[in-house]
Amino acid sequence: MTHLLEVRGLHARYGATQVLKGLDLDVAEGQVTALLGANGAGKTTTLRALCRFMVQASGSVTLAGERIDGRSTEQIAQLGVGHVPDGRGTFMGLSTEENLQLGAYARRTRSGVADDMERIYGYFPRLRERATQQAGTLSGGEQQMLAIGRALMGRPRLLLLDEPSFGLAPLIVKDIFSIMKRINREEKVSILLVEQNAKLALDLADTAYLLETGRVVLSGPSADMRRNDAVRRAYLGE
Amino acid sequence: MNEFLHQLLAGLATGGIYASVALALVMIYQATHHINFAQGEMAMFSTFIAWTLIQAGFPYWGAFAITVVLSFVVAAAIEFAVIRPMHNAPVLSVVVVFIGLLVIFHSLAGFLFGYTIKPFPSPFPADAWYGGSLMSAHEVGAIVVALGMVSLLFMFLRLTPLGLAMRAAAQNAASSRLVGINVGRMLMLGWGLAGAIGAVAGMMVAPVVFLDPNMMTGVLLYAFAGALIGGIDNPIGAVLGGFIVGVLENLLGTYVVGTELKLSVALVLIIAVLIVKPSGLLGKTIVTRV
Repeated sequence: MTHLLEVRGLHARYGATQVLKGLDLDVAEGQVTALLGANGAGKTTTLRALCRFMVQASGSVTLAGERIDGRSTEQIAQLGVGHVPDGRGTFMGLSTEENLQLGAYARRTRSGVADDMERIYGYFPRLRERATQQAGTLSGGEQQMLAIGRALMGRPRLLLLDEPSFGLAPLIVKDIFSIMKRINREEKVSILLVEQNAKLALDLADTAYLLETGRVVLSGPSADMRRNDAVRRAYLGE
Repeated sequence: MNEFLHQLLAGLATGGIYASVALALVMIYQATHHINFAQGEMAMFSTFIAWTLIQAGFPYWGAFAITVVLSFVVAAAIEFAVIRPMHNAPVLSVVVVFIGLLVIFHSLAGFLFGYTIKPFPSPFPADAWYGGSLMSAHEVGAIVVALGMVSLLFMFLRLTPLGLAMRAAAQNAASSRLVGINVGRMLMLGWGLAGAIGAVAGMMVAPVVFLDPNMMTGVLLYAFAGALIGGIDNPIGAVLGGFIVGVLENLLGTYVVGTELKLSVALVLIIAVLIVKPSGLLGKTIVTRV
């Protein structure tokens, strides 16, 4: 089976610090794949390395059969990779609406931008209420919704989500995760999800990878991962 | 009363010049979050290019158009070659580079074109219908040009996707890359536009004060003050600020303090405005959650 995303031998470093030491990873089309691991395991670095964003990386990255590892961040975005960074990456000084419009910047066809905004407001009604408000004044949960919405405006084939639950109240997180399940089904967007909250991630994902100090130590369907003793002890607290 | 009106309108006329240069300053600030201290000297240099073309026999509007395009290209090149390599440098280092550019352009102009003042033609004929006893045709024309540029710039920045992308690139380069914006290209575009706006401003002021390398030295400070009063992130504010500073300078100079102190009083008023409203009269206060 060919995968939407195939990663082989991914190495990444910040300056002299080697963080990823040869990662192999596949994301199947239409599925949710989770990247689990403790703090410092290299999960965020993996997503950044895929986009050549803020980190020096090497190794092959293939998106729908095409090698993208030689490209720049903005070129990779234009090829249909929507990256929702950790910390949301909101354009604080611009309005909610303008943030969403920017998500559609790289699209080749300008038609349908208004329709797409309507669809995003459909998933996240709170954003419609705040459309003309300065994005920096939105709450953490709303900014997370805005960041996801912005990535979706680019009609991506692959959505990279970096710690969407970070710093958010449990109820909001539950809300956002159920919306992401809908988005995965309705938009047919493949998702690569980085999450410290292993339980949430395994509930949503079809497949999971466990990272420890820059290497994959375990992988498989999430049902199997959930039953694995090591995972249960260290990451699910059972 | 007639005298007051005359001074007011003269203030608006000089205000138009400050407004145009302030607009160029705001343009670069919107694109790069830097203040280009060399803006005035670049505008002066552009005007010398136009003068050279006119001396060589080009018609006015031909020289005007070529100068504007050339200024765009050179400014964009300066961003790429001089400013971009410093994108990780501390702000003060960048300021030093800007001041360096100021000195280089000034000296280069003096070296190439000499320091004798030269007349520069106005495209607005002296006997045009819109000129009168209170304001000359050129003064009216210069104000209309300033207002025209700000309208175009405002519409570009606020209403087009490219303008939005430019503002985004200045605010948050990292997130801009993630949505597919080529940040380097946005920076060059911002600089290019500022260079073009500066060239137009220079060609509007030269007929009034005559062309020499020192032409813009006084203007830059007032333009800077105008941009700050109006709000450095707002083109309309910059133009409004420019007009306010022009009128203040003239009225204060005539009625209150005389020419020696008018700069000081103008600057005191600027400080007062900034104490009360730091982001300027029309500037947006950016709120961030802590």
